[in-house]
Amino acid sequence: MNNGKASSVWLYMRKNKWLYLLLIPGFLYLFIFKYVPMFGIIIAFQDFNLIKGITGSDWIGFENFRYLFQSDDFFMILRNSLVISFYQVLFGFPAPILLAILLNEIRSLLFKKFAQTVLYLPHFISWVVIAGIVINMLSPSSGWVNRLIVDFGGEPIHFLLKPEYFRTILISAEIWKELGWGTIIYLAALTTIDPSFYEAATIDGANRLQKIWYISLPSIASTIIIILILRVGSILDIGFEQIFLLYNPATYKVADVFETYTYRVGLLEGRLAFTAAVGLFKSVVGLIMIVLANRIARLFGKSLW
Amino acid sequence: MRKRIELFDIAVYLIVSVICMVMLYPLLNVAAVSISSHTAYMQNPMRIWPSDITFDAYKDILSHPVLARSYLNTIMITISGVAIGIFLYIITAYPLSKVHLKGRAIMINLVIFTMLFNGGLIPNFYLIRSLGMVDTLAALVFPTLFSAFSLILMINFMQNIPEELEEAAKIDGASEPYILFKIVVPLSMPIIATLTLFAAVGYWNSFFSAIIYIRSVENWPLMLFLREVIEGAKMLQISAGGNNAEIGNMNVMPETLKYATIMIVILPILSVYPFLQRYFVKGIMLGSVKG
Repeated sequence: MNNGKASSVWLYMRKNKWLYLLLIPGFLYLFIFKYVPMFGIIIAFQDFNLIKGITGSDWIGFENFRYLFQSDDFFMILRNSLVISFYQVLFGFPAPILLAILLNEIRSLLFKKFAQTVLYLPHFISWVVIAGIVINMLSPSSGWVNRLIVDFGGEPIHFLLKPEYFRTILISAEIWKELGWGTIIYLAALTTIDPSFYEAATIDGANRLQKIWYISLPSIASTIIIILILRVGSILDIGFEQIFLLYNPATYKVADVFETYTYRVGLLEGRLAFTAAVGLFKSVVGLIMIVLANRIARLFGKSLW
Repeated sequence: MRKRIELFDIAVYLIVSVICMVMLYPLLNVAAVSISSHTAYMQNPMRIWPSDITFDAYKDILSHPVLARSYLNTIMITISGVAIGIFLYIITAYPLSKVHLKGRAIMINLVIFTMLFNGGLIPNFYLIRSLGMVDTLAALVFPTLFSAFSLILMINFMQNIPEELEEAAKIDGASEPYILFKIVVPLSMPIIATLTLFAAVGYWNSFFSAIIYIRSVENWPLMLFLREVIEGAKMLQISAGGNNAEIGNMNVMPETLKYATIMIVILPILSVYPFLQRYFVKGIMLGSVKG
C-alpha cells in the first residue's frame, strides 16, 4: 500500500520531471540568499566575531537583547522609525489617492498620457541623484532656496544641519519621488467602475464633485483600505538610502532608524552581534505586523497571499 | 450648471499641471545648470533655461578616469543581473503557474515567506563575506537578483495564459522546455518587459549594496562615483569659503560639475523610459490580476 503510494508519487515526478528540474535553480537561489541569512540570525545570540565565525563564537543567550532594551539608542531609533512612518502615512498616503481621482477626471486623453509620463518619471530616479539635488538646492551658500530667503531679507539657513527640518525635507522628497507611481493602483481600480453609474448620476443631476464623493471614492474604498493596512503592516520599514544620503551627525537624533543604525554601528563600528539583535527585533516585529495586517485585509476580502 | 463644470475642469487641469511642473522643475534645473557657466548659475540658480552655454563641465567629468570605470561596472552589473534574474523568473514561474503541480502550495509559501521575514543586514553581510564576494561585482548582482514580489507577478501572468495552446503542442509531442521557450515566453512579453525595466532600473540606481560590499575604487558602480562627486564638490565649496580667488583656479565650478554628472548618470534612464512606459503600466495591471 505504502509502497504503491510512493511509486505513484515517483511516477508523477517522472512524468513532470521538467517542471521540477526547472524549479531547482530558483529555489537554490532562495535557499542560499534568503534562507541561509535567516539561520544566520543566531549571531544575535552569540558573542560573535568574524574571525571565530558562527561555529566558533561563544553563545551568550539573550545578553545582546538585554543590552539592547537597556540602551537609549534603541528607544531613539524605535521612536524615529515610528514618527517618520507616521508622517509618511499622514502625508504620503492620501496624496496619490487625490491625484488619481484628479487624473481620472481629465477628459483629454493626450493630456492625461502626458501627465502620467511626467508623474511616473521621478520613481525611476535614484536616491543618490535626488539627495544630490536636495543638498544643492538647500545649500546655504549657493542653493536657490536660501537665495530666495536672502532676497526677501532673511538669513541663510543650514536646513540639513537642523533637526527640526529633517522630517519635512525627507518626506517632501519621498512624496516627490513616489506620488505619481502611487497613483497606478488607484487608477487601475477607478477604471473598473461601471460607466453607467456615472450616467445614472448625471441624469439625477449630480455634479462632478458629488460623483467623485458618491461613486469614485466608495468604489475604490476597498483598495484604499487594503493599501493602508499593508502600509501600516510595514511600519518599521523606512528605507536605508534616503535617510543615509540626507542625514548627518547633526540630525542623527531625529533621523536615525533601524536600517541606518544597523549599518553604522554594525558594519562601521563592528558591533555585529549587537546589531544582528537589533535586526532580529525589527524582523520579528515586522513579521508579526504584516501577518496581522494580512489577517485584517482578509476581512475585507483581499489579501497579500 | 454648464459654467460650474467648466470651472471644475479648469481647476483639475491647473492642479495637475502644477504638480507636473513640480516633478519636472528639478530635472530641468539640473539640465540647464549643467550646460551653463558658473557665472550664469550664480546669477540665477533657479534657472530652467541655460545661459552662457558651455560644455566644460561635461568635458571635465568625462575625462575623469573613475567615471569610465564605474560606468562600465554599472553596465556590467545591470546586464548580468537582468539577464540572470529574468531567466530565473521565467524558469521558476512556469512550473509554479501550473495549478495541478504537486507541492505547489508549499513552494509558493516558501517564496512568500522570503517577503515577510529576512535575516537582516548583518547575517546577509556575513553570507556575502563567507562566499568571498566582498569587494567584487558579484556582491552587487546576487543579493538583489530575484524578488518574491516580481516572481509572483510573473506566476499570476503565466496562469492567465490559455492552457489549450500548451495542450495542443503537447499532443504534437513537444517537451516542456520547448513549450516554455517557444510558446509561453513569447506570450509573456508584457510581464517580461515590465520586470526587465524594474530590474534594470534597480541595478542602475543601486547604492545600498555598493556602500556595504564595495571597498576599492575600481569596483565602484556609478552611484558611488556620483555620491563622491556630490560630497567632494560640497567639501570643495566649504573649503573655498566663498573665496573667489581660490575657486578661480579651477576650470569648472562645483554645481555645474555635479549637475553634469547627474545628467550623465540619469540620461540612459531618461532616454529609454518614455518607450517602456506603456509596458510597465500594462504589466503591473495584468500581473496583479489573481488567477
